[in-house]
Amino acid sequence: MTTLQDPPVTTTPPARKRGVPAVAIGFGLAAVALFGVAPAALGDFRLGLLAKYLCIAIVAAGIGLAWGRGGMLTLGQGVFFGLGGYAMAMHLKLTDAGPGQLPDFMQLYGQLNALPWWWRPFANPVFALAATVLLPMLVAALLGLLIFRRRVRGAYFAILSQALCAAMAIFLIGQQGTTGGTNGLTDIQGFFGYDLTDPVNRRMIYFIVAGALLAVLGLTWQLMRSRYGELLVAVRDGEERVRFLGYDPANVKLVAYVAAAGMAGLAGALFVPAVGIISPAMIGVVPSIEFVIGVAVGGRASLVGPALGAVAVAWAKTALSEKLPSAWTYFEGLLFILPILFLPGGLASLVTLLRRRRLSKKEAA
Amino acid sequence: MAAFATLTACGAKTSDSTSSSAAGATIDTSGSSVKVGLLNSLSGTMAISEVTVRDSLKLAIDEINAAGGVLGKQIEPVSEDGASDWPTFAEKSQKLISQDHVAAVFGCWTSASRKAVKPVFEKNKSLLFYPVQYEGLEQSPYIFYTGATTNQQIVPGLDYLKAQGKTSLYLVGSDYVFPRTANKIIKAYATANGMKVLGEDYAPLGSTEFSTIVNKVKASGASAVFNTLNGDSNVAFFKEYKSAGLTAAAMPVVSVSIAEEEVKSIGTQYLAGQLTAWNYYQTTPGAANEKFVKAYKAKYGADKPTSDPMEAAYTSVYLWKAMVEKAGSFDVEKVKAAAAAGGITYDAPEGKVTVDGPTQHIFKTARIGKIGTDGLITEVWNSGEPIKPDPYLKGYPWAAGLS
Amino acid sequence: MTVVLSQLFTGISIGAVLLLIALGLSLTFGQMNVINMAHGELIMFGAYTVYVLQKVISGAGISLLVALPVAFVIAGLMGVLIEVLLIRRLYARPLDTLLVTWGVSLILQQAARDVFGAPNVQTRAPELLTGSIHLTDDLVVSSSRLFILVLALTAVGALSVVLKVSPLGRRIRAVVQNRDLASVSGLATGRVDRLTFFIGSGLAGIAGVALTLVGPIGPTMGTNIIVNAFLVVVVGGIGQLKGTVIVAFALGVVQSMVEYTTTVSVASVIVFLVIVAFLQWRPQGLFTLRTRSLA
Repeated sequence: MTTLQDPPVTTTPPARKRGVPAVAIGFGLAAVALFGVAPAALGDFRLGLLAKYLCIAIVAAGIGLAWGRGGMLTLGQGVFFGLGGYAMAMHLKLTDAGPGQLPDFMQLYGQLNALPWWWRPFANPVFALAATVLLPMLVAALLGLLIFRRRVRGAYFAILSQALCAAMAIFLIGQQGTTGGTNGLTDIQGFFGYDLTDPVNRRMIYFIVAGALLAVLGLTWQLMRSRYGELLVAVRDGEERVRFLGYDPANVKLVAYVAAAGMAGLAGALFVPAVGIISPAMIGVVPSIEFVIGVAVGGRASLVGPALGAVAVAWAKTALSEKLPSAWTYFEGLLFILPILFLPGGLASLVTLLRRRRLSKKEAA
Repeated sequence: MAAFATLTACGAKTSDSTSSSAAGATIDTSGSSVKVGLLNSLSGTMAISEVTVRDSLKLAIDEINAAGGVLGKQIEPVSEDGASDWPTFAEKSQKLISQDHVAAVFGCWTSASRKAVKPVFEKNKSLLFYPVQYEGLEQSPYIFYTGATTNQQIVPGLDYLKAQGKTSLYLVGSDYVFPRTANKIIKAYATANGMKVLGEDYAPLGSTEFSTIVNKVKASGASAVFNTLNGDSNVAFFKEYKSAGLTAAAMPVVSVSIAEEEVKSIGTQYLAGQLTAWNYYQTTPGAANEKFVKAYKAKYGADKPTSDPMEAAYTSVYLWKAMVEKAGSFDVEKVKAAAAAGGITYDAPEGKVTVDGPTQHIFKTARIGKIGTDGLITEVWNSGEPIKPDPYLKGYPWAAGLS
Repeated sequence: MTVVLSQLFTGISIGAVLLLIALGLSLTFGQMNVINMAHGELIMFGAYTVYVLQKVISGAGISLLVALPVAFVIAGLMGVLIEVLLIRRLYARPLDTLLVTWGVSLILQQAARDVFGAPNVQTRAPELLTGSIHLTDDLVVSSSRLFILVLALTAVGALSVVLKVSPLGRRIRAVVQNRDLASVSGLATGRVDRLTFFIGSGLAGIAGVALTLVGPIGPTMGTNIIVNAFLVVVVGGIGQLKGTVIVAFALGVVQSMVEYTTTVSVASVIVFLVIVAFLQWRPQGLFTLRTRSLA
């Protein structure tokens, strides 16, 4: 029987070989682009959109780790994104409403007299902030334990994570009185005391998102070049061999899966002030697949490929849908097909290809 | 967090009473044309309905342009795809306002998309014209509602059922704000009017498996069904309804989201004899409607029906034109002031409509229709005169606990 | 008691629809490991076939009968086209197939929107299939669901005969169990793949024809049903027809029973939890293909 696991994408250069200075320079350049060039070149609206793209890039960095390095195609990142987003939005809705008051939609649809018990802790900013990352990680850990221990993987895992999205979205929609239903949590006014309608504060949100992305990439880099990173790749390429070597692949996978979930949660939490809304529409099957496509385009196994790919795809989506509102879906479809078909290593593999070509030219000369 | 605090030293705090963001939207009126935004889902599940609204908005704009435009300027529509995704609606409305500098935006269908864009329009002080019947309990200074609110559609529908001697109801709806709020209103009405609600069920939007729900409806033995399902689900529901041996004669279904377009896609085989509650049908008499139907069919094809949301969208463009002309300016605040002053009317296909200044809704005549075997809906009852919009149902004592 | 019985029937009828949708997948996904997300759009092709045919053939019953083979061929050919152009290049990368075919499904949906219009379209069902059959006074079975049940079981029967008895079936099984060995034994695996894909996609077409009796016919009809269909195949066990059949009916019954006592949204969560719990017990699905392979 053939396995349902994708073979390794061989175009990844091991992160360890690239020296620390090179990576430091890379991070420096990225910081200049994100903190210097982008805010100077873009107006408020476009910068706001970039903040949204960067949120997606954070999710993508996590998927790169889980899928590119760990071989787990997680089509369920929407769930963790949603958990982080809802945790943040619940806190902000409660602050908007003021102490002792109910959020607006609860009075409208829920006809509740008191806050439901599971909303209450989110009034505390420390709890809410911690929950945006820890809650998704906790859920991922529980689910991952159940799934990986029983060696569910490959396509099974992908389909299962997809079904999780569908179930979670339907469930949230069903609880309209306490979750806002299909509407989600909208009309978020303030962010820890700062007025979100003020363009200055919105720029600040952008800087926070950009900083978070750099931090996440730094963390991913550390994970990838560590001993654990090697183990993760080994599990991807030959799970049974790793098992025979005395490691438990389930634990190795679990760490990457939980880390990816935490990143998705963080992204969801930042998405809320950046866009001003979180709704089940961001959790379902479709957005979860769209998270993945940027990773595939950028280069799933590389460090910055997923993030760059996510930004590129999100930007292309906006640009195409603005130019061709009724025909852009064709191009979106092609965006899924062409890169994967012709550039399996993603844009990142282009760099390696070019470098290799240059090397061979040098040798020839 | 400390760095964040110092960086944002110049940003406004929520506690500041004077927010520095109150600049308002700029409208580009420099050229010979003025831009307006059309914001509809052209892809995704809602495209089924919203594309027809976009078509009818374009018809109104073409007509106005052919007749000389507004204040001597041609209207230039900028169409955006909301993609049936609420954050996308918010993104696109922001884009229309701050990149295209539109004078007004027409569109949105689901309540969720309206709730998502509402803060955007309020923040930018820009105008949205919303053309679909909705659940009420809302009033935004920057939204004009040209579809029915609950007292112009649901309440008359219930009045009609009561007059027909129906004493018990079963409620079936899609799982989102409109059906849940509508059903809350229906339950309050039923309690006050001696009707019984025997059960209520919600299916996720897009759900097409209704056998269990129809079983429950059938077992309840209700004398009528109030249906607030949206989109695809209606097709599956009515096919199942007929399969279960339920008929319009024995247990009629009153639908508030099935217009001519939906009748066409479900089939009269399943729908003939069922009831709908709207403010406009293709068959509504009057010269204005004859002209509208003729123009629509000439532009989009003889087999394309016109429906209530399409008519409300078409009307919304003309109402905006009337307001702009009365104000003598495209400026949002002046346009709003012109509407608030009262007297903005238009001979719409549904009959003469008047904008209600304080609520920014419009007076509409309620019409109960019966679906015929030819796919058209014919009126069996109407409210006689346009009903004053009452989004918070303040004029109805039984609705006191609702808002 | 009547409620339980009638919900049991409902569950079986939901299961029949699920089975018909998942049947094609049990071939393309189950046997060939190809995750074809455009399977839903192949179902859509089948449904639109009925719509187009009814413009030509006026009798609702006849047009439905004609549509069955026509849809089988059209959807089958479309499937082969996708296989030849795209999937063939990706046999070594099943997860990439998922993303590529998702792109295909987006394109096909938009194409349907441009050709047939964004709104749903209407088809007529033969009067015989719009009513119901009374087993007792309270116990009613809808005739369209009965038709779908018969159709699904016939398709299962025909498929298992083909797989078990025919030379083609032997080749398919050989390729599924050991592609390399089949290849060195002189089997044209590429041709076998294409034929398997033709049949699997054709079954989607048939499912589309049947769905016109119970659901909407529009550009997005495929997306709504595809996730559940994949679940059925996963839980049933890859490469196993009987697993798909049993799980389709089991899920239908669980869904209808839970939904009757709770709400649709709670039911969908419970069904998911049941599936995760089930996979704890049988991680490879209900039935597994025994193999000595390591992975």
